Amino acid sequence: MTPSRTAFAAILAKDLRAELRTLQSLPAMALFAITTFVIFRFALDRTTLSGNLAAGVLWSTLLFAAVLGINRLFVAEREEGGFDAIRLAPVDRTVLFAAKATALFVFLAVLELIAVPVFALFFLDSGAGLPPLVAVLVLADLGLAATGTLISSMAVNSRARDLLVPLVLLPLVVPLMIAATGATSPLLELGGPGYERFGTWLAVLGLYDLIFLLVGYAVFDFLLED
Amino acid sequence: MPGADHHQNTGPALSLEGLSRDYGERRALGGVSVELDAGESLVVLGPNGAGKTTLLRVLATLLRPSGGRALVLGCELPDEAWKLRGQIGYLGHEPLLYRDLSGRENLRFHARLHGIERNEAEERIAELLEAVAMERRGEDRVVELSAGMRQRLAICRCVLHRPALLLLDEPDSNLDAEGRELARRLIGPGEGRTRVLVTHDPERYAADADRVLRLAVDERAVAA
Repeated sequence: MTPSRTAFAAILAKDLRAELRTLQSLPAMALFAITTFVIFRFALDRTTLSGNLAAGVLWSTLLFAAVLGINRLFVAEREEGGFDAIRLAPVDRTVLFAAKATALFVFLAVLELIAVPVFALFFLDSGAGLPPLVAVLVLADLGLAATGTLISSMAVNSRARDLLVPLVLLPLVVPLMIAATGATSPLLELGGPGYERFGTWLAVLGLYDLIFLLVGYAVFDFLLED
Repeated sequence: MPGADHHQNTGPALSLEGLSRDYGERRALGGVSVELDAGESLVVLGPNGAGKTTLLRVLATLLRPSGGRALVLGCELPDEAWKLRGQIGYLGHEPLLYRDLSGRENLRFHARLHGIERNEAEERIAELLEAVAMERRGEDRVVELSAGMRQRLAICRCVLHRPALLLLDEPDSNLDAEGRELARRLIGPGEGRTRVLVTHDPERYAADADRVLRLAVDERAVAA
């Protein structure tokens, strides 16, 4: 068997190189997020947001932008034979899950590097809540990457892929979004960040991540069977 | 090289008894029985829909058999399919190459999946690209290459890890006369290669065949 870290690095490097070269996912995700913020700004007719509303606007936008990337995550493997190539190689198939989830995590992180400053510029009076927000973003991204990779790998063989991903993914990430907005809301309060139940929500996010990473690890091999 | 780790097999390279594969209610492949020794070539013939590609995909462990017995390089399918990974060179209808990567990048990717050391991989890739007269086009993205050039690259990908068994589905597809001649050096008979080759052109491959398997739609296969 090829060492898992070698196969993991090969698949991840391939995905990142292909995205850098073609820019098929990230620009669309970033543009979607920025456009949605503009729409929220005019639709809500508010120049500042705080608390639950700020957290809701931020996370609903990030989630729907993430769906764009999740939809395309396995398209190259499906259309260009990557699944067959990996099944023919002496590679533990869960390595593909790990590499794809990592690639998605990187895409989400890059998306947030663009979208969160724009969100702050449009809606926040102060950036004081942003440093602790990084912890929420990292944990929520882990959960989204695990769940998104799992759902994307199941939906990619369907002609209704674009429909199936949001239909299956969104109910599954409801707990993740509840925890993410719960942790974000006090950070974006007017008058500076608060930390009420912040640790609890982070623990919920961590538990969600753990569950879906383990589920992905356990079932991914079966998803690649014919 | 991964070839050194190949599962040691002392029996026939291929032994099939009543192998079948169904897609739902439809039988795509039925009653295939044939044996093939190491170093021999089996040519598979048959009309469209007879199950030739399905047979290759079952042997490549990409599809599970529905019935019968399949022993490939001493490994029972599907239970020991994992032992076969890395021992098979599969050339199907799709080149299994990423369009947005260059030919050389694709081959490096496959080399890493097969656990070939970096320096060894670079030497092997250079050798293969030269063998198919692609050394000057190795840096071009696959999407920019003609169908024939992609097929040459796919052949390189197929033999990159020095597989013990070659499964070739219409290997001459899209190749010109020069390409066919170059490809023959890498995937042709001889040099101890064990091959299962699907073709619609029996005359071209008749001389290479140690055995011929004729598949028919809705009929039992006949090995000659």
